[in-house]
Amino acid sequence: MGMIVETYEIVVIGAGHAGCEAALAAARLGLETILFTVSVDSIAMMPCNPNIGGTSKGHLVREIDALGGEMGKNIDRTFIQSKMLNKSKGPAVHSLRAQADKKAYSNQMRKVLEHTDHLTIKQAEVAELIVEEGMLKGVKTVSGAVYTCRAAVLCTGVYLNARCIYGDVSMETGPNGLQAATHLTDSLRANGVEMMRFKTGTPARVDKRSIDFSKMEEQFGDERVVPFSFSTDPESVQIDQVSCWLTYTNERTHEIIRENLDRSPLYSGMIEGTGPRYCPSIEDKVVKFADKNRHQVFLEPEGLDTNEMYVGGMSSSLPEDVQEAMYHSVPGLEHAKIVRNAYAIEYDCINPRQLNATLEFKAIHGLFSGGQFNGSSGYEEAAAQGLVAGINAAQQVLGKELLVLDRSEAYIGVLIDDLVTKENREPYRMMTSRAEYRLLLRQDNADLRLRRYGYQAGLISEEEYQALLQKERQIEEEVRRVEHTYVGSSAQVNQVLEQYGSTPLSGGSSLAELIRRPELNYDSLADIDPKRPKLPDSVTEQVNINIKYDGYIRRQQKQVEQFKKMEKKKIPENLDYDQVQSLRIEAKQKLKEYRPMNIGQASRISGVSPADVSVLLVYLENFRGGTGEGK
Amino acid sequence: MEDTIAAVATAMAPSGIGIVRISGPEAVSVADRLYRSKREGKRLKDMKSHTIHYGWIVEQERVLDEVLVMLMRGPHSYTGEDTVEIDCHGGVLAVKRVLEAVIHAGARPAEPGEFTKRAFLNGRIDLSQAEAVMDVISAKNEYALQSSVSQLQGSVYRAVKEIREKLLYEIAFIESALDDPEHISLEGYPKKLLGIVRQEKEKIRRLLASADDGKMLREGIKTVILGKPNAGKSSLLNLLVGEERAIVTEIAGTTRDVLEEQISLGGISLRMLDTAGIRRTSDRVEQIGVERAKEHAKDADLILYVVDASAPLDENDAQIMELLKGRRTILLLNKSDLQTVITADELTARVDAPVLNISAREETGLEELETMIKDMFFQGEISFNDEVYITNIRQKTALEQALESLALVEDSIDMDMPEDFFSIDLMNAYERLGSIIGEAVGEDLVNEIFGKFCTGK
Repeated sequence: MGMIVETYEIVVIGAGHAGCEAALAAARLGLETILFTVSVDSIAMMPCNPNIGGTSKGHLVREIDALGGEMGKNIDRTFIQSKMLNKSKGPAVHSLRAQADKKAYSNQMRKVLEHTDHLTIKQAEVAELIVEEGMLKGVKTVSGAVYTCRAAVLCTGVYLNARCIYGDVSMETGPNGLQAATHLTDSLRANGVEMMRFKTGTPARVDKRSIDFSKMEEQFGDERVVPFSFSTDPESVQIDQVSCWLTYTNERTHEIIRENLDRSPLYSGMIEGTGPRYCPSIEDKVVKFADKNRHQVFLEPEGLDTNEMYVGGMSSSLPEDVQEAMYHSVPGLEHAKIVRNAYAIEYDCINPRQLNATLEFKAIHGLFSGGQFNGSSGYEEAAAQGLVAGINAAQQVLGKELLVLDRSEAYIGVLIDDLVTKENREPYRMMTSRAEYRLLLRQDNADLRLRRYGYQAGLISEEEYQALLQKERQIEEEVRRVEHTYVGSSAQVNQVLEQYGSTPLSGGSSLAELIRRPELNYDSLADIDPKRPKLPDSVTEQVNINIKYDGYIRRQQKQVEQFKKMEKKKIPENLDYDQVQSLRIEAKQKLKEYRPMNIGQASRISGVSPADVSVLLVYLENFRGGTGEGK
Repeated sequence: MEDTIAAVATAMAPSGIGIVRISGPEAVSVADRLYRSKREGKRLKDMKSHTIHYGWIVEQERVLDEVLVMLMRGPHSYTGEDTVEIDCHGGVLAVKRVLEAVIHAGARPAEPGEFTKRAFLNGRIDLSQAEAVMDVISAKNEYALQSSVSQLQGSVYRAVKEIREKLLYEIAFIESALDDPEHISLEGYPKKLLGIVRQEKEKIRRLLASADDGKMLREGIKTVILGKPNAGKSSLLNLLVGEERAIVTEIAGTTRDVLEEQISLGGISLRMLDTAGIRRTSDRVEQIGVERAKEHAKDADLILYVVDASAPLDENDAQIMELLKGRRTILLLNKSDLQTVITADELTARVDAPVLNISAREETGLEELETMIKDMFFQGEISFNDEVYITNIRQKTALEQALESLALVEDSIDMDMPEDFFSIDLMNAYERLGSIIGEAVGEDLVNEIFGKFCTGK
């Protein structure tokens, strides 16, 4: 008997939200895929908040689904409460968020993986990458077993040299006491990969039976639930939902924290990693926002089969005794029994500027990566990258064109572009304000934006694709009809208008003009639109939005045209920036570091001025031989 | 399809003729909106390529200048695009007015070096010239970058910065609420925002008015007075200012060590900068002054090097002479009324520049100095970069665009649009204002959100 040596086409390392999407995508595209995890029981685990979606993250889930990913379907089957956030705001910022039954979510994903052809699950710690002449050839586990492959996807999450900390307690483990991965960082460094150290944290879990809910406000789910997945039957998600609960910290809580700040590992210097500003620990909030005399605390169920409740808003790394006192000072939590302490976790990740927008390492052919390993944060951000990395690893092996979504097409495009072109000093979280074309990147039209790419990659079926084409046709025809249907100032028309508090008509008007009035919409005009065809809600929703916000949408589309021009101008991979004499030194350095794929990306790198971009354009024209094409 | 750009194509010298060049698909129609011929109804679009037309540039019934218009259709033009060149005859001011009218008629102020860039990209410049083209672009940009901020009046700079800060705070507030709707409510906010937007619009309007009065930018030949301490620099400045009694604007120095005056010398506008005396020193404040002086010398159009004729040249003079390299200079041998130890020949042996003997105390030699500057100017030896004017117009356009964006926010509020629509146009205004003071948007918003608002789990 010798060492185990096996051969696969794709290796995926890590079975969190990124790894699952990557492995599923590769296997579904027909490639022999092996998925490594340090614990099969922790597949698609949710070690922090018990929900999927939320502002901008809900967009990501929709996009993952449109491309043929699993996350949306999985949460539709395992959610226990659902809410469309920002419903009173514009359609661009409507965001779905669902509370998950954590255990069920994890089990359901595991079931899907186990029933996917070409996919092998393996519990083992990958310790080493086998790289020859800049090409990834395989991986080696701690035990010495070798798995050769043609491409690999790294999705190690927070497990690389993970360290959990609260007070003066520090343990070399991943989340929930799971085994950390302690070897791979060295192998990455040995292959020239630049590593960083980030930090994040999670609040305590408390026993439901010990909470006095009478002192809290009940938070219900929506009456009519909207599914995440475009493939889920909306009727199947109208289930009985559980509630969340809202309470607040107070001056006493803050006092306890202030008095014990010196015992926080964050302030004592024990934690070296950089934490996220958008997800501050309660001690951070108290210090940074000293003028606020209370902060919201959400109690969220962790699942149907457990009494554990997640204490949202109070993540911490203070010592155990301080945590007790601090949680007990919150109304309703006076006698709360803490099941799991809050803790901070530190881990190794990479500086993502080493990646192309395809999520492949620039310097190691065949090596891709996704998720928190790339310096992001959040389940949804992870899954989105995992999906793209998985698709691209597979496409590369298949010799097909890789998938790059740009900033005008998807939040996923914004996410990846930000990661690979901007300087990231903290775990990156998606936000709607990061998407400059967000009016176009709505959660309601993710299928219209992205299904085509999923189909081209091979993850969306012919049937689903035909359904998309039909939807597009229906929207187009109905928009045209509404733009060209006129109503007069009849008594019936004006009666309907008055009913909605809208000014009566004195002359004729198109239906579209009426829809553009703030107090009216497509649905409210049904009675004065006798020739209206019967169309699915998903179609009329698009018709309404397209007409109502027409002016704004067109303005953004114009901006996108400008943007696309720059994105289309490719920069050769082997461009020697030292040859471009007129570039400023700082720009040269940055361009060499980031090696942008196109002029648009180059222009977004901090330290590259518009003048440098012009110089680069001229240089490229010369480089291409100045045929005057491609303008 | 590229957009249509415009700029002044000639150096801004008072030679009487200046050319405004328009290039791009709309060049002809932009020109047609302003051009009037003696013959009723004559339109440039009906004219043949490579023809010249006499007439007037008229904006809103006001005749701006008498002009010759040259029409060149692409690809047979400098840029390879449809190009119109307007020859103005009414001097610097007329050129500026015509350019502004062209911008209002639909062209965009050209970026530095943009004509050259287009010419190259359209294959009108030989490939072997690529290096030179890139140098032009990068040099012009470098200058524009320096000039756009350094020429902005301190008060304008501060005002723009304040408006931006205000806008950013509001955008961050809206975005925080959108990002974290369960923590931050926008109840009643649109009304409050409407008040703020109106206020900021008013501020921008005031800035625009000041731009029209020419008070926004410092224009003129940047003349830097250099010399050792006590060489007589300040007395020279006072003398020039006092004698002429023609202070256009008095600008309080942004630093206590560089004093700036705007003077008019026989019709030529000069920005006079009196700098700290240059010498090796250990005094921290004085060091800063010396550094500033050196900075100003770098992009001066003209340097007046004042030398104390009664004291021997030393290492400090050597240091100053270093700064003169490549700069148009006049050497002024001051205190010529005292016992002199330095001769004109001694100086010209070391610096290639004309020398004048003056005495600031006796007020002699000043007329010669004025004559010399005027001669240099009219013979084209000194001029100031035309980027100054285009910068001014770029900045004005940016202000107008910011104003327009805020008007759109007002519309959105009036129309009861949801709050997320406000931040789109607020951000555009923020971005446009940033271009005036040379600041990009970058991570400003994200930083402001995290810095000012407590969001997140």
